[in-house]
Amino acid sequence: MRKTLLALAAGLLLAGSVSAASAADKLKVGFIYLGPVGDLGWTYQHELARQALVKELGDKIETTFLENVPEGPDAERSIEQLVRAGNKLIFTTSFGYMDPTLKVAKKYPNVHFEHATGYKRDKNMSTYSAKWYQGRYIQGLIAAKMSKSGVLGYIGSFPIPEVVSGINATILAAQTINPNIKVKIIWANTWFDPGKEADAAKALIDQGADVIMQHTDSPAAMQIASERGKFAFGQDSEMIKFGPKTQLTSILDTWAPYYIARVKAELDGSWKSEDSWGGLDSHMFAMAPYTNMPDDVKKIAEDAQAAITAGKLHPFKCPVIGQDGKEIECKGGANLADGQILGMNFYVKGIDDKLPGK
Amino acid sequence: MQLVLEKRAERSNTIALVSPLIAIGLTIVTMTILFAILGKNPLLALQAYFIAPLTDSYSLQEIAVKATPLVMIAIGLSLCYLANVWNIGAEGQFLIGAVAGSWIAVKTQGTDAGAWVLPAMFVLAAAAGALYALIPAICKVKFGASEILTSLMLVYVADLFLDYLVRGPWRDPQGFNFPTTAEFDPVATVPLLIEGGRLHLGSIIALLVVAAAAILLGRTIKGFEIRVVGAAPRAARFGGFNSNQLILLTFAISGALAGLAGIIEVAGPVGHLQPGISPGYGFTAIIVAFLGRLNPIGILIAGLFLALTFIGGEQAQIAMKIPLDVTKVFQGILLFYVLACDSLILYRFKLVFPNRQVARGTG
Repeated sequence: MRKTLLALAAGLLLAGSVSAASAADKLKVGFIYLGPVGDLGWTYQHELARQALVKELGDKIETTFLENVPEGPDAERSIEQLVRAGNKLIFTTSFGYMDPTLKVAKKYPNVHFEHATGYKRDKNMSTYSAKWYQGRYIQGLIAAKMSKSGVLGYIGSFPIPEVVSGINATILAAQTINPNIKVKIIWANTWFDPGKEADAAKALIDQGADVIMQHTDSPAAMQIASERGKFAFGQDSEMIKFGPKTQLTSILDTWAPYYIARVKAELDGSWKSEDSWGGLDSHMFAMAPYTNMPDDVKKIAEDAQAAITAGKLHPFKCPVIGQDGKEIECKGGANLADGQILGMNFYVKGIDDKLPGK
Repeated sequence: MQLVLEKRAERSNTIALVSPLIAIGLTIVTMTILFAILGKNPLLALQAYFIAPLTDSYSLQEIAVKATPLVMIAIGLSLCYLANVWNIGAEGQFLIGAVAGSWIAVKTQGTDAGAWVLPAMFVLAAAAGALYALIPAICKVKFGASEILTSLMLVYVADLFLDYLVRGPWRDPQGFNFPTTAEFDPVATVPLLIEGGRLHLGSIIALLVVAAAAILLGRTIKGFEIRVVGAAPRAARFGGFNSNQLILLTFAISGALAGLAGIIEVAGPVGHLQPGISPGYGFTAIIVAFLGRLNPIGILIAGLFLALTFIGGEQAQIAMKIPLDVTKVFQGILLFYVLACDSLILYRFKLVFPNRQVARGTG
């Protein structure tokens, strides 16, 4: 009996190694995810892009992902595990993986890394991100038009430049419609915590906000706004099924074209370390259909989208006035420089709140 | 006829030894069934979990790195549990230790401070962990407050305190507002044992802690006191042992060890202070302490075993595309079986026939 079992085990192991050998010719591409693949937000969009990648290049590549990897001491090991499993191109899809990715990249110069939303690069480590503030600008226009109370509710995740620039772009846009627009901001201090996000949405509505915007990843706020009969914007992914009468639009992270392009580059040997910061023109993100709004508002949104895509409209057109009433130095000619937006650490005038840690 | 648990006349030492093995065996059987249901080859899955990580030096190092904080915390907790006091807040003591030690690292950043920095961080972290653990201990001794609740609630206080520091005063000025301190200077970093690896000095410290605990429990009067107070409080009182003093002592030691583990993790694998430095080490260590039968050597083995399930779980995710949740289910099942099998130490199964039961009841 024991011998049969052993033989069986050996046979199974052998079968495993044979299938591994046939897969060895394929390029192995790894992904590290922050949340569960079913978070319906940030991680979900990366997962959709991975699936699109497999659909496009499935005969040439093999993909692996690790989900729910905390942005802590375990991240470095998880990334290294992917390297050791033979992955040659690895996407680490959250800001908090920046230092761990860099550490592993230095250790394995022959493996290529793609880190989302960070600012540290190396010969074999690229970064990629999207100019979401462009989408926020469009949302700001819609919000100001749709709000009756003149108060917007904004659920922030962390007071980092990406989020702060999103808030500023929203308000700058809203002020062009309603100069007295107010915004209430709640920092959830998390990317994904449906309970907290729902509480924040409730609190904002109780404070008079009638349009809810979020920089957190779950559809919880959308559901609350829907229950209370208010409007809301989705985040990362299409959330209209959580608020068919609520969602105005949503910023959709569309990573698939980038992932496919980078994997193709890896396959033909032209991969280079780059910093990709794509806007509406590059299809790094997209706007969900403009819904639940009158035609004139929809027109404003569509016009703004076309103007931004064509490069005719820049959300941070100079002069930009800071919260303290002083003009922000304009380092990018007619607009704020990319570096100023990537490191944005101030509120613009008209935001009646204090930036945490300032 | 029914199956009942009957209390044994005395605890069974044989079962005490083999019960973790039975638990592991049952876990493996259950997991095999689960893998089969998931449509995965159970043998390959178990191979990925338990064998593959043991076959290369990289994974062995990772197991040691992962086990280091678990073992250190669990050793401290075992002293509390042996003395029959319940420190559930090791997670908080871990975080406070990390914060206190990081304070020195942050304050000396960019200065030409010498080699004293790391030892000072260790000492301060251990002291802070001990003081933090003494809060629930003193509340228990002075006011009779449940140490289970107070120590647990202090976890959240520590968590939020750390959060405040890295978002506010200690935030890296070059870090684009992200909630983290700057990377620690080399003098404030735990040295690596192997060039290019991740194994660090902390693993050696963990081994020393295990040895010290074995000596304390096996060879000293204090260790004897701890065990007597826990096992037979009345006898301990007659013997003149001061149980209040022991509560304070065991809490202080376990807090110090958790705090030390905290700074070693931050100054070692992480390299800076940030939220989320602990994926629940303080809680997982409770499992480790019990899995190791509250015995120092047992805890060392249990810590390594649990670390193996983490590393193996990850490799199974990669090699077999087994979801992460299965790793968590695995750990849950393991703890469940350990606790279930433990009841066999004090109880045994017995078949009872109802008519006899009734007869005894009326007679």
